[in-house]
Amino acid sequence: MKRIAAIFLVVLGLAVALRAQSILSINGAGATFPYPMYSKWFDEYHKQHANLQINYQSIGSGGGIKQVTEGTVDFGASDGPMNDEQLKGFQDKHGFGILHFPTVLGAVVPTYNIPKVTSTLKFTPEALAGIYLGKITKWNDPVITGPNKGINLPADDIVVVHRADGSGTTYCWTDYLSKISDEWKNKVGKGTSVNWPVGLGGKGNEGVMGVVKQTPNSIGYVELIYAIQNNTPFGDVRNSSGEFVTASLAGVSAAAAGAAKNMPDDFRVSITNAPGKAAYPISTFTWLLVPEKISDAAKRDAIKGFLKWMMSDGQNYAEGLAYAKLPSPVVAKETKAIAKIQ
Amino acid sequence: MNRLVATTTTTAPSAGPVAGSRTFLSRLNKGDEIARLITLLFAVSVVLVTLLLVFELWQGSALPRHKFGFNFFRTSVWDPIFDQFGALPFIYGTLVTAAVSLLIAVPLGIGAAIFLAELAPARVSDTLEFFIDLLAAVPSVIYGLLGVFIVIPLMREYIQPGLKNSLGFLPFFQGPAYGVGFLTAGIVLAIMVIPYIISVSREVLLSVPRDQREAALALGSTRWEATWKVVVPFARAGIFGSIFLALARALGETMAVTMVIGNTPAISASLFSPGYSIAAVIANEFTEATGDLYLQSLIELGLVLFLLTFILNGLARLLIVATSQKGSGTGRA
Repeated sequence: MKRIAAIFLVVLGLAVALRAQSILSINGAGATFPYPMYSKWFDEYHKQHANLQINYQSIGSGGGIKQVTEGTVDFGASDGPMNDEQLKGFQDKHGFGILHFPTVLGAVVPTYNIPKVTSTLKFTPEALAGIYLGKITKWNDPVITGPNKGINLPADDIVVVHRADGSGTTYCWTDYLSKISDEWKNKVGKGTSVNWPVGLGGKGNEGVMGVVKQTPNSIGYVELIYAIQNNTPFGDVRNSSGEFVTASLAGVSAAAAGAAKNMPDDFRVSITNAPGKAAYPISTFTWLLVPEKISDAAKRDAIKGFLKWMMSDGQNYAEGLAYAKLPSPVVAKETKAIAKIQ
Repeated sequence: MNRLVATTTTTAPSAGPVAGSRTFLSRLNKGDEIARLITLLFAVSVVLVTLLLVFELWQGSALPRHKFGFNFFRTSVWDPIFDQFGALPFIYGTLVTAAVSLLIAVPLGIGAAIFLAELAPARVSDTLEFFIDLLAAVPSVIYGLLGVFIVIPLMREYIQPGLKNSLGFLPFFQGPAYGVGFLTAGIVLAIMVIPYIISVSREVLLSVPRDQREAALALGSTRWEATWKVVVPFARAGIFGSIFLALARALGETMAVTMVIGNTPAISASLFSPGYSIAAVIANEFTEATGDLYLQSLIELGLVLFLLTFILNGLARLLIVATSQKGSGTGRA
C-alpha cells in the first residue's frame, strides 16, 4: 500500500514539475480554408519554440468569430472580415477592439464538366452571374459562347452546383458576384451561406467536385488549392481590366498587390474584382483575429512573436501548400499593426 | 451514490418507526435497495435528459419563435443574408425521404425476417444474421459514399430514365434526372434501415412460442398459413417496434442524406428533384452560422425534428394499440 502511495506521489510530482516548466498553450479556432497552412505553421513554430504550443481547431469562420468574441479562445480566424455589427459586439463585450491580420491568400475557381469539351473555357462576369442567377440556362447561350469562339458548346441545360455547407469559399464567390452584378447584390447578397436562386448543393469542396464530375453539363466552384491538387480543369475569368486570367498563385498575389495600395488600416478589405491586368478576380485574404488587449503577458508576447514569424519566415511555406504569399507592402503594414496588441 | 444513500437513510427514520429503518438497513446490506436506487436513478436520468434537451432547444430558439411564430413552419424561404427563415422545405424533405425509405424497407425487411426466422435452416439463418448485424454497424458516411459512387450514377443513367419512360405520367417521376434527390436519399436510407428491421423482427419471430406454431399446424394449416396468420400477428408489436427504430434512424440520418439529397431547400412533388432534410441543413450550416437569428433558427429546426420524431412515435404507439385490440383474438395471449 505504501509503495503504491509512493509511486502515486512520484507520478504526481513529475506531472506538476512538467506542468511548471511547461508549455505555454495558446488556443485558436476558426476558418477551415487556411487550416493546412495554419497547422503547418503552428507545427513548425512549435519545433523552434518547444515551450509554446498553439492549438487550432478548424471549426469554421463563423465559429471562430463567435468563440473569440466569447473569449473561449485566444485568437480567431476567418475567411471573411468581421462586419461592423460583429466588431461592435466584441467592443461592447470586452471594452476593447479586435485586430485583423491577413495571413495568406486563396482563390476560387469555376470548374465544369461538359462532355466533349476539353479546352479551357473563358467566363465573363456576366456569364457567371447569369448562370448562378438562373438566367442563363443553356451552355450555348451567346453570353457564354461569345468569348469561347471555336469551342462547340452543347444546347444542353446547365446544372449549377454550389456549396451546401457554410464556407469561406462561398463567401468569396458570392462577394465577387455581388461586386459584378447589382441583381445578385440585391437579390442574393454575400455570405458564407446564401439563398441560392438555382442549383444543387454539395458538401465541402469534395462534395461540389463530386457532383460536377458525375453530372454532365454541370458547373461548380471550388478553392484553387483543391482544383490544383486534384488536377481538375477550371475556367479563366475576365478581370476588371478586361483580361481573361487563369487562376494561379501569381494572379492572386497580383490581386492582393492591386488592393494593397489602398489597404485600410484595419485590413478589412475585399480583393475580389481587384484592379490590375494580371489580377485574378475571385481572390481573397484570410485573416487571424487577435484581441487588442491580452492581459496574460506571456501569451501576448508569444502571439506577437508568432505573428512576426508568420509574416517573415512563415510566408515561405505558403506556396508549397498552394496558398499565395502576402505582398510585401501588406507585410510592412501588418508588422506595424502588431504593436497595437497590448 | 453515497450521498443518495445517505439522504435516504436520514429520511427513513422520520418516516417510520425504528424497526422500519432496521429492515431498510438490512435490505441495504443485501444490496436490493442499492440496486433499486441505482437503477431508479438511471431510469430517471433518461427522462431528465429528454426534458433538458427540450428545454435547451426551446430556450435556444427564442428569437425565431418570437419573430416568425407559426410562419416558421409555413414559409419556404431560407435566406441567411436577409434573415428570412422558413422550415417547410426541410420538414417536407425529412418526411418524404423517411416515407420513401420505409416504403422500400418494410416489405423487404419483414419478408427477409420471416424467411430467416421461419423458413431458412438454422445455420443459414445464423450466418446471414451475422452479416446483417455487420451491416447495421456500418457508419453512415460509408453508406453515403455508396450512394455517391453507386446509387447516384445508377439512378441518373438507368433508374430515373426508366421510371420516367414507364411511369412518367405520375407527378412523382418527372423533371430532369440529376441522380441526386428525394428518391435517391430514400433508397440509400432504405439500405441503411433494412438491417434494423430484419434483425429485430427475426429475433421477435424466433421468440414466438413453439406451441403457437404447433397448434396452428395441428389444426391443419399449411406452413405458410401458420407463419402468416399465427406467428406474424403474435409478433406484431415487436415487428412494429423494429419499424419505429428504422423510422427514427431515417428521420435523424444526416451524413448519408446530405451526400445524396442535393441540398436544395425546395418542395416538389417529383421524387427526382433535389431537396433538403432538417438534419442535413443543421449539420451543413451550423458551423458557419453567424448572427443570432440564423443560429437560433437552426436550433429551432432541431426542436422541429425532435417534435416530429415525438409525434410520429406517438402515432405509431396508437397504431399498435389500435391493431392489437382488433386482432386480440389471435394476437397476444
